[in-house]
Amino acid sequence: MRDRRNNVGTERRFLGVAVGETPSHEVGAVMMSQNDRDQSYWKANLSLVRNCLIVWAVIAFGFSIVFRPLLSGISIGGTDLGFWFAQQGSIIVFLALIFYYAWRMNKLDRDFGVEE
Amino acid sequence: METQTLIYIVVGATFALYVGIAIWARAGSTGEFYAAGRGVHPVTNGMATAADWMSAASFISMAGLIAFTGYGNSSFLMGWTGGYVLLAMLLAPYLRKFGKYTVPEFIGDRFYSQTARLVAVVCLIIISVTYVIGQMTGVGVTFARFLQVDTSTGLFIGSAVVFVYAVLGGMKGITYTQVAQYVVLITAYTIPAIFISLNLTGNPVPPLGLFSEHTASGQPLLQRLDEVIVGLGFAQYTTLNTSMFNMVLFTLALMIGTAGLPHVIIRFFTVPKVADARWSAGWALVFIAILYFTAPSVGAMARLNIVDTIQIGEVGSPEGNLAYENRPDWFQTWETTGLLRFEDKNNDGRIQYYNDGNAAFAAQAQEWGWAGNELTVNPDILVLANPEIANLPGWVIALVAAGGLAAALSTAAGLLLAISSAISHDVLKSAVMPTISEKGELMAARISMAGAIVLATWLGLNPPGFAAQTVALAFGLAASSIFPVLMMGIFSKRINNLGAIAGMLTGILSTCLYIFTYLGWFFIPGTNMIANTPENWLFGIAPASFGVVGAILNFAVAYGVSRATAAPPKEIQDLVESVRIPRGAGGAVAH
Repeated sequence: MRDRRNNVGTERRFLGVAVGETPSHEVGAVMMSQNDRDQSYWKANLSLVRNCLIVWAVIAFGFSIVFRPLLSGISIGGTDLGFWFAQQGSIIVFLALIFYYAWRMNKLDRDFGVEE
Repeated sequence: METQTLIYIVVGATFALYVGIAIWARAGSTGEFYAAGRGVHPVTNGMATAADWMSAASFISMAGLIAFTGYGNSSFLMGWTGGYVLLAMLLAPYLRKFGKYTVPEFIGDRFYSQTARLVAVVCLIIISVTYVIGQMTGVGVTFARFLQVDTSTGLFIGSAVVFVYAVLGGMKGITYTQVAQYVVLITAYTIPAIFISLNLTGNPVPPLGLFSEHTASGQPLLQRLDEVIVGLGFAQYTTLNTSMFNMVLFTLALMIGTAGLPHVIIRFFTVPKVADARWSAGWALVFIAILYFTAPSVGAMARLNIVDTIQIGEVGSPEGNLAYENRPDWFQTWETTGLLRFEDKNNDGRIQYYNDGNAAFAAQAQEWGWAGNELTVNPDILVLANPEIANLPGWVIALVAAGGLAAALSTAAGLLLAISSAISHDVLKSAVMPTISEKGELMAARISMAGAIVLATWLGLNPPGFAAQTVALAFGLAASSIFPVLMMGIFSKRINNLGAIAGMLTGILSTCLYIFTYLGWFFIPGTNMIANTPENWLFGIAPASFGVVGAILNFAVAYGVSRATAAPPKEIQDLVESVRIPRGAGGAVAH
């Protein structure tokens, strides 16, 4: 039981909007069905999540732990960059990722006309 | 005014505040009891989630564990914040869209199976009870210090307080009370840290102080700390002294566990919209990060302060160690609780604190007439003792006691709520007694809270580790059971009822088995089958890190079983589709 919105309105907002990693496309001209739009919304979401999680993993497990020896040349206040990432830097990145994701998703919701 | 009197006043005042708010916002209907009527603003919800989340483990225990291990325990910092990234992207918005009260409810509906729901309830109870044991350890430590009694007595008093507190209000009471608790606990945590950072480095911002110059020696603080503790035979603070493999696994287990904790997930059911669920996770992490940026500074600085208090002169010279009769007040205060112990092994009336496990250094120490390390410090006292060690004024000490209690109480209450709602809502109302009245359901919820407290208190008398370590086990259990099925339930339409049930059972049973093998059956001391030492661990995986393996097994089994059996029916696949799209969530709002 899907609440079908006014297609004309959502279509206009959908026009020419950069979607996730895919280049902006003029789907409006093709008159996508609600279902197709939901599918591309979900795809855009997945690629956004994937990119964010790659950054998440590289910072948390890479810079802070596994690659720390490689970064040991960069010193910060009595220790090295990897230590800083493990104790502070990673948390800053996590915060940035969540807010970036929330902002992008809430924008995608509107662009695809799937917001509440 | 005397410190002890100040502690009574400050703790009493904060308690009056919480109880006042709880009464003001007393829960009426079951909807309010469980999910605060879904009318909570994202920032408010974020702050309450932060208080709910930051428990005795974060507040009381974590900085101590970092202090005594150093870099290797950065896992706690990354694990307990990085999980929010997973939560915000993989679970929170979709579960809010689904719009029910409890995690087992989602699992039961998505996997169209009452059995799946009951298995989820069992997982939830195992996770939450383990978690509450960790809280009880923290409550015990705090009350022991606060009332100057031994830890067991502290534990009994603490659990009585938790009982009265959690049973009184429901979620609504808890949400607003938790905002107050957040303010108390964050103030209590940061104020002493600011003073200490100023003392040691001249920098009033603790996270910056950590990487600044140590004023007394002119060296960078961390370098100074490394030198001082290596001079006493300890391992360097800034290097990894355990296995890198385990550090990666442990960090990941804490992250996945964070995203699989039922009492955290239900917070995202209380925001008005799906978009708010996304923001809410970010706001929660902002409020959490304030404590997590401060904790490593507290750890490093407290470690340096402790060593400097005991080792007053040159290492090895007879006058270099503090005479026991000159020990500071905080030392005596904590001796009463049994959490700080001194044993004069060489009968020289002075305190020798060094690493006697380091053979080369121990041999050297013997030449100085040292007969072994004489000071045992329970890491769980570090944060509470911190302001006393740094000679801060009495009101700061009082504030920290109140903060520790706020942290432990808020989380214990949130967990008890998750346990009681699972039992009354998911077991009684849906399976055993569908006709139960709202009043009866609330009564059942309260009785199950009481039962959980009694069990956790009994197990808390001999906890399987320090507060944060016990809590870490709960994360491993959540990682292995709840997180994988929730994620698969949203991201795959192919996972069916049998797959989910088999996956959850494999995850939780394998992880429980691994943990109990090393830590004792149901954490009862002495019942472990293999000694808990790194040489004995399977592939070198620590029990607290095993949650990752459990999660992988869970994913694999669920996938395999689902492939081999029939696909979920059409309406379930449609349900998954609808959960992925925010549109229409408004319909689920119950007010």
